[in-house]
Amino acid sequence: MALFKTNNVKIKGIAACVPKEKLFTREYAYFNDAEKDLFIKSVGILERRVASKEITTSDMCYASAEKLISSLNWNKQEIDCLIFVSQSADFFLPATSILLQHRLGLGKHAMAFDMNLGCSGYIYGLQILSNLISTGQIKKGLLLVGDKSSLSTHVEDKSTYPLFGDAGTATALEYDTDSNTVYFNLQSDGSGEEAIKILDGGARNEVRDDTFEIKEIEPGIKRSRRHLQLNGIDIFNFALKEVAPNVNDLLQFAGIEKSSINYYVFHQANRLINESVRKKLKVLETEKVPYSIDLFGNTSSASIPLTIVVKLKEHLKNQHKKTLLSGFGVGYSWGSCIIDLDNIVCLDLIEI
Amino acid sequence: MNIEEFTKNLEAEFEDIEPGTITPTTNYRDIKGWSSMYALIIIAFVDTHFDVALNADDLKSTQTIQDLYQVILTKKKA
Repeated sequence: MALFKTNNVKIKGIAACVPKEKLFTREYAYFNDAEKDLFIKSVGILERRVASKEITTSDMCYASAEKLISSLNWNKQEIDCLIFVSQSADFFLPATSILLQHRLGLGKHAMAFDMNLGCSGYIYGLQILSNLISTGQIKKGLLLVGDKSSLSTHVEDKSTYPLFGDAGTATALEYDTDSNTVYFNLQSDGSGEEAIKILDGGARNEVRDDTFEIKEIEPGIKRSRRHLQLNGIDIFNFALKEVAPNVNDLLQFAGIEKSSINYYVFHQANRLINESVRKKLKVLETEKVPYSIDLFGNTSSASIPLTIVVKLKEHLKNQHKKTLLSGFGVGYSWGSCIIDLDNIVCLDLIEI
Repeated sequence: MNIEEFTKNLEAEFEDIEPGTITPTTNYRDIKGWSSMYALIIIAFVDTHFDVALNADDLKSTQTIQDLYQVILTKKKA
């Protein structure tokens, strides 16, 4: 099993950026009133942020990173690693992380690479960067995580369009021999590849004549082969089956009692899914399980740091909190980690 | 949970339904306001109360509340 203990690394700060523009579930033209009520009540999304054509994921991550670096008073020349986790890169190539290294003014000594993961991406990114830093051979690293999912959804697809919001985040990690151990449990199952997929545009299915043709898949669902397809039932069953055991295995591996976790921050998939997972884990204190999905929708890999920024900022100020983070989705790919948030710098939400 | 309780509890998951409207022989897709979102609500309800995972095939193969209940019992035994 991909279970890890990582020492000597600490989260110093987190920043999150969203577009200014809001879209409201109440104003979604392809839902009738009953569907709007049901969607708000069960999925839990009132509004979300959607980026204009000019703004990409990297722009939001850049804004988060700039502000975080200056708030931490970090010398940019001391940042040795930049990882960009996203499924909405600026270009097919080169990797967006490398563009960000230059744009942020980091030195040429810095390593930079992309990771192509969605809703599990924050946990995977944290694991990789933590392990790189824990050796002490690099001291400071940036994890830039987010997606512009609105790029990939079609307005006439009720199963995807009202669900996703855009966001880009930055997390600063530093070598620190006084930090507590961080624990990870990472998993994957490619048999779920069809559950969330964009069919065309990659090497397997290159763009073809009908790639952009909008077709009716079923009533209420129209999209092209370049848009995101999502099978709600399969995703739901995957999350119900896999997330709680993954978290329980992690707790057991770490030898940590559920009661000593101060906050459980889950990927903001869908309120119904998240509440089912919470009940399965028997976490009864709802104040330990913050939600940002009501105001931002499902923000893919950005949802965990975004939720920390908008819901836990005040609770983390000058505090030491044991936090369990869990991300799950497209792939399927999922993972969780237990990390102490000890006196971290949590910036106000940035809007661009 | 017997079939009467199951029907009553499931009915409570639906919006704006007069209590007693739904019976074990009701085709659940015919319930007023039915949408695909209710499939997820039913899956969540069954998972929470029975610890049984209903998949897409289970839903495809069932019509009535009674059918659903039977599938849950069968899966629970397995």
